[in-house]
Amino acid sequence: MARLIAADRPSTLKVETGRLARIDVPMIVVFMAAASMIAIVVLLLLFISWQGIQLFVKDGYSPGTILSPTWDPLANTPAFGLLPFIAGTLVVTAGALLISTPLSVGLAAFLSEVAPNWARSVVQPALEIFVGIPSVVWGWLGLTTLVPFLSDTFSGPLVVSLPVVGKVFSMPGFLTGFSWLAGSLVLSVMILPTITSVSYDSFRAVPQELRTGSLALGTTRWQTIRHILIPAALPGILTAVVLGMTRAAGEALAVQMVIGNSPTLPAAITQPVTTLTSQITLDMGNTVFGEPWQDALWTMSLVLLVLSIASVVLVRLINKRRMPL
Amino acid sequence: MPTTATFPQPVIRRVEVGSSIVAEQAATAPADLKISTEHVSVKYSGKTAVRDVSLEIRERSILALIGPSGSGKSTFLRCFNRMNDLIPGATVEGEVCLDGEDIGDAGVSVVELRRRVGMVFQRPNPFPMSIYENVAYGPRRRGMNSRAQLDELVETSLKRAALWDEVKDDLRRKSGLALSGGQQQRLCIARVLATDPEVILMDEPASALDPVSTLRIEELMRELRENYTIVIVTHNMQQAARVSDVTAFFTMAEDRAGYLVEMGPTGRIFTRPAERLTEDYISGRFG
Repeated sequence: MARLIAADRPSTLKVETGRLARIDVPMIVVFMAAASMIAIVVLLLLFISWQGIQLFVKDGYSPGTILSPTWDPLANTPAFGLLPFIAGTLVVTAGALLISTPLSVGLAAFLSEVAPNWARSVVQPALEIFVGIPSVVWGWLGLTTLVPFLSDTFSGPLVVSLPVVGKVFSMPGFLTGFSWLAGSLVLSVMILPTITSVSYDSFRAVPQELRTGSLALGTTRWQTIRHILIPAALPGILTAVVLGMTRAAGEALAVQMVIGNSPTLPAAITQPVTTLTSQITLDMGNTVFGEPWQDALWTMSLVLLVLSIASVVLVRLINKRRMPL
Repeated sequence: MPTTATFPQPVIRRVEVGSSIVAEQAATAPADLKISTEHVSVKYSGKTAVRDVSLEIRERSILALIGPSGSGKSTFLRCFNRMNDLIPGATVEGEVCLDGEDIGDAGVSVVELRRRVGMVFQRPNPFPMSIYENVAYGPRRRGMNSRAQLDELVETSLKRAALWDEVKDDLRRKSGLALSGGQQQRLCIARVLATDPEVILMDEPASALDPVSTLRIEELMRELRENYTIVIVTHNMQQAARVSDVTAFFTMAEDRAGYLVEMGPTGRIFTRPAERLTEDYISGRFG
């Protein structure tokens, strides 16, 4: 083609530009934003990791202390076993997920598959308001209503007995109401909007032709939800649950206000427990910079960070295995 | 493929357009009647998509609905299994009867109706599960749990849909989505057959398929005609001519509402249409 163009005709594609004209300012701003974002994350990871290992490097505790059950920072030889906090975080989070997941997935299925438009337009803003309520408000509500309710209503021990076998199950009652259950209940309300909205999106993403295909075979709406939509939306639902889990495990204030903060291994849902986050917020004012106690709090932060990274990896793995629809 | 002339000539008892009777009348035992519609109109949010269609469909026959895009063929087809119920804002007026029973009646179970009146869609829509589970889906939802019963039903359904030989070796391992387009459509037909329907509705079942797959689907329809009443929507006039016993021609009125122009034995509609509109359409002079 080039031969057809007269030699003296100027190119219409090559535009003369000076050096300055080539500097694309918006592009630089965007690039800087991305670069600083990455830099912040990397520096944060490095800093928390460095601080988190001081308990072992500088203070001479063995890494096995993470899994020791004894926490006694004020003893002559302070003990910094983190197991009560790790176990507390795991069980309180698990309790919240157990309560919240069925409710949230049910609500998402209702909104996506059953609700008329007007109901959707009422529930969705309501969920957004839910997300916007500060955690201290949830904690305050739990502290003033849920905790007294539990201690007033279920103060006696719970014993299940069968005629022949005798006692099969017993659990102490709520002494104060500050408990594992109170923490899980407050958290379950707080993570409900997260799980609901992510699950809702994954229900909406299921192709319409699968719904009509199933209904046209003479199945009920519930059967279609149960056997077509939930399996098809499952990767999204699992992602929603992991996101809810991350949020629950990372919540400090509301949990700290209702769980009683007793640094012992969780024994029963009626008993006080503690979590990594609530212990950090409780203790940080009492510690001195560079002391083993504060280093132990840094180690707790590192454990939290590892937990949240693990859940991000989990979400990635789930989504990688998503079946093509 | 045999020509339409060799097909048994169906008998139409009455066809109405609006209120004027335009098609032939003949004596047919009423026992032959499978589906009838009386003054059926469909509106989407008040806008008429199908206007005043009255027709009758004989048992074990193939009715083809032909006509230009937007003439309401698919909308009308969805009246037979009440799929229009799923479309927000859609209302159906008039009466659709299956074996003389009005399917719009308050007490009618839409679940049972759709089991008896199965549907195959334009785009093959197998479920994201194994071939076996795709076919067993309908029966399982109705409580069939016996492994032996399900095995047998899956096999006979896939054989009837002319898919068995191609998939029998990895029924449980292979996803329905891993099949070719034509195989997927036959899987969808097998899935419908497994629910033991009486009527099968097909909404342009071959429009997304290549010519060879299309031919297989057409052959399959001729075989299924022995046992089932079939209503097919098609854009392909050759297809209507090849497979159907009766053809109904729809077109659009000035206000874009679809209506039935005429209906009659396929051979006659394609050789001696009574209406000028039909003749223009089948001879390609439409629009």
